[in-house]
Amino acid sequence: MLEIRDIVCGYGGVTALRGISLQVKAGQLVALIGANGAGKSTTLRAISGLVPLRSGQMFFDGKDITAARPPRVLASGIAHYPEGRRVFPHMTVEENLDMGAYLRNDAGGIAADRDRIFTEFPRLAERKRQAAGTLSGGEQQMLAIGRALMSRPRLVMFDEPSLGLAPNIVERTFAIIRGIRDAGTTVLLVEQNAFAALEMCDQAHLIESGRIVLSGVGAELIANEHVRKAYLGG
Amino acid sequence: MRAAITMLALAAFASVPLWLRDPYLLNALITTGIFIIAAMSLNLLLGFTGQLSLGHIAFFGIGAYVSALTSLGFDIGLPGGFRLVHEPWPPIAGLALAILVAGLCGYFVGLLSFRVRGAYFVIVTISFAEVVRLVALNWVELTQGPLALTNIPSIAIGLPSLGELTLRTKLQNYYLLLAVAVVAYLLIARLVHSHFGRAMRGLMENETLAVSVGIDVTKTLTLAAVISAAIAGAAGSLYAHYIRIIDPEVFAFINTVTMVIMVISGGKGSLAGPVVGGLIFGLLPVVLRPIMAPEAQWIAYGGVLIVILFVLPRGIVPSLAQRFARRKRQAATVAPVAFSERAKEPA
Repeated sequence: MLEIRDIVCGYGGVTALRGISLQVKAGQLVALIGANGAGKSTTLRAISGLVPLRSGQMFFDGKDITAARPPRVLASGIAHYPEGRRVFPHMTVEENLDMGAYLRNDAGGIAADRDRIFTEFPRLAERKRQAAGTLSGGEQQMLAIGRALMSRPRLVMFDEPSLGLAPNIVERTFAIIRGIRDAGTTVLLVEQNAFAALEMCDQAHLIESGRIVLSGVGAELIANEHVRKAYLGG
Repeated sequence: MRAAITMLALAAFASVPLWLRDPYLLNALITTGIFIIAAMSLNLLLGFTGQLSLGHIAFFGIGAYVSALTSLGFDIGLPGGFRLVHEPWPPIAGLALAILVAGLCGYFVGLLSFRVRGAYFVIVTISFAEVVRLVALNWVELTQGPLALTNIPSIAIGLPSLGELTLRTKLQNYYLLLAVAVVAYLLIARLVHSHFGRAMRGLMENETLAVSVGIDVTKTLTLAAVISAAIAGAAGSLYAHYIRIIDPEVFAFINTVTMVIMVISGGKGSLAGPVVGGLIFGLLPVVLRPIMAPEAQWIAYGGVLIVILFVLPRGIVPSLAQRFARRKRQAATVAPVAFSERAKEPA
């Protein structure tokens, strides 16, 4: 579904990715793990078109998206859940969801998708006219995930979805992400919580200093000596 | 509720000439109104995209000069021995060209600065205003430089079955101004509630997220700058044809500062903010003049600004709206206090 071939990119004089190649098959949950600054987020940003490539190629469903700008990548079916602040704080819950459908212009379909998200997360429905900045951390997280789904993506890329959240909400977030995969949407997950990511994924890649140093199914990586020492604390 | 206040305010503005007979005060109201339109255009950028244009007067001044020169005509020499001669056109064509040229300038300034934004936009706009002022000052053949463009004709509007009406009196100009102000207000209101308006607000609130939902940052900001500049240009054109004389002093930095004060005190990001702030700071000098020495006036002006920002830090309109909403909620006894408290936090 998504194929990346040997991409190299960086910020100014710093090279962040030194030739990353990976494949994401339809219906899979693929995890990228690694330390801070290894290039996980940059990989997602490169796919989104936020960071221009120096070399390499990217294909989504056979279409070349190597030089595509962010709106085109999104329109082709890839949603990006960025790292950091998750919602538009002064907009209402409803407006936040509508922002996720910014590039769509089928009002009926948008309303139906919004209702589906409200059914899935009743807490959001209760607060739909409330400013998103007044929601609790967990509610903001659900809103952010709902928003990412509003573009009707076939592939969702999550960047550090557990960052800064209470443990019970992290648990809930991972359950929702698994649910998204089970419902048929492909997921590419960047996560610092390596153990949780490896446990839930179908396929995982370990990134170190801008290169993929290890790939395999989750269980393989969990069993790997190097991964255990460096990322799983044992 | 909000619609009722808007209609009431509009009715009040429309009735002013009926009871205000003093031509000096009416004149003050017209010039204030022209500046309010410019402040509304500044608010579109500052309040809804968060970009501060500290050279906004440039678009106003360009509108004034373009409109004046279109209606006066000019005859200038170009390099290579050519001459460019323009016969006078009706002032209404000047207004149209003012909007067009000012909008075009907004496009180029936006294009130049929005790739980097923030402080760069501020600097580019300041420099742009200064460059335009120097051109107006030194291109004497076109602009008369410090000698000013004089005898600018009043705007004439063609009315079906009534023929041409030239707006010479203060009363006529007041209603012309009111009409343009209402159009500008409605335009901005429509805009900020549109798909495009949501893109602007999204960018201001959280740029990373805005980009992730497919908003094109440069395109959105540039379009906002074009519309803002075009409205400022329209205000400049009204100014030229009302005052009927303009010189390069119109580009003075203090004029931009006045607009910024109007927007910030009234409440940036609120549609009515520049109108309220504009009325206060536009009319304050008029109120103070008979009772104070000129030096004291400026001190009082600054004092009022400080008091407003101290008591109502988010600007008059948003602060009052919030208080009103809170009282209403308390009256309904549901009062989620945490909500209103948290809503005050800067994001």
